[in-house]
This record gives sequence, C-alpha cells and structure tokens, in this order.
Amino acid sequence: MTLNDYISFVILPVLGFSILLIFYRFFKGPSIADKIIALDLLITTGIGIIAVYSIVHGRSTFMDTAMILALIAFLSTVAFSYYIEKRNRKK
Amino acid sequence: MSSIIIVILITLGTLFVLLAAIGMVRMPDTYLRISVTTKAATLGVGLLLVSSAIFFNDLSTTSRALVIILFVLLTAPVSAHLIGRASYFMGVKLWYKSVMDDLHGKYQKKTHVLKSEIDDTPGDNVMHDKTENGNEDEDELK
Repeated sequence: MTLNDYISFVILPVLGFSILLIFYRFFKGPSIADKIIALDLLITTGIGIIAVYSIVHGRSTFMDTAMILALIAFLSTVAFSYYIEKRNRKK
Repeated sequence: MSSIIIVILITLGTLFVLLAAIGMVRMPDTYLRISVTTKAATLGVGLLLVSSAIFFNDLSTTSRALVIILFVLLTAPVSAHLIGRASYFMGVKLWYKSVMDDLHGKYQKKTHVLKSEIDDTPGDNVMHDKTENGNEDEDELK
C-alpha cells in the first residue's frame, strides 16, 4: 500500500466524514453563534484537506489557496461577531 | 523513511480533525463547542500542514506551511474570544451542568463594559440562568 493509496482511501474519506459531521451542526445549530463556529471549523478543515490533496497530486501550488482560506476564515468570524454584538447593543 | 513520518503525522492530524468534528456534534453547549474549535482543530490542521511540508521538502512549500500554521495559531484564540463574547451578549445559555459562571452580572448591557465586581444596577447587568432540564438543543433558539 503506497502513500497515495493510504491517503486516497483512508485519510480523505475520514476528513470528508468529519466535514459531514460539521455540516450537521451547521444546519442544525440552535443559535447563530453555533453556525458561525461551524463555518469557522469548516474552513479550517478545508485547509487540512487542501494540504492532504496537494500531497496526493504532488502540486504545492494549492498551499496558496489554503493561506487565503485561513485569512478569510478569520475575517469572516471577526465580522460576524462584530455585527452580532452591534445588533444586540442597539436593541 | 520520510514516508513513515508522513503517515504518522497525517494519521494523527486526521484523528484530531475527526475528534473536533465529533465534539462539534456531541458537545452540549456553545462555549464548549468554541473550545473544541480552537484547540483540537488547530492541532489537527497543524499536523496535516507539517506532513505536507515534509513531503515536498523544499523551502517555498515549507515556508508557506509554516506561515499558515503561524496564522492559524494566532487567529484561532482571537476569533474564539470574539465569538464567545458576542454569544454571551446575545444571551446563549450555559449548560445545565456547568459549575460556575465567572462573568455573571459583570457585563453591562448598554455600554458593554466589563466590571470587576457585580454592579448594583440589576436591570443593566447581563445575567444568564442555566437551562433547567437536559433538553439542551431545542430551548435557546433566538
């Protein structure tokens, strides 16, 4: 069993299953804070999937996309929490 | 030799990401879910990035992986703090088995100032009661 087989048939399905579990919380989440946390964790898991995928295909260019995704995850969480807090202050 | 190290690191990273996802579903409270997001997922993604840096074994990929790890390590606590503070103001309740709430009555509703002791204006303090029963998922939809 080579490294590519191990990654393609064991690692990537497990990561995809964890994406499905996080999506369950993203759709169900009782408050909006749960949905924002689930979105953050989705993007963070996406960074890991991109790293693993770049190993499978042997192209290191995908890591640039992972960097941009990390930036977007932080910015979106900060913006969401800022506007939620502002909305509650006005009320 | 390097492929064995890659397999060990990538398995550990995937296990931590899977544990973070399971904790995201199974944890009973928003604040506990925030702790899952900011610890387990950061460690898992860091291990996956380190394994890809070992696989490519050149300077540009290693520097990119290290920059992403540094960025995630810096921003995960900040975003967890911000979303926890916002959800505390939003009125998300604690789990009914939570032992204590250090912020009880110390945040002001209008000015959002944190005071070091419980203020004597009870209408302006942010106070949470715990949820009464074990039915933790259906009762805080706002």
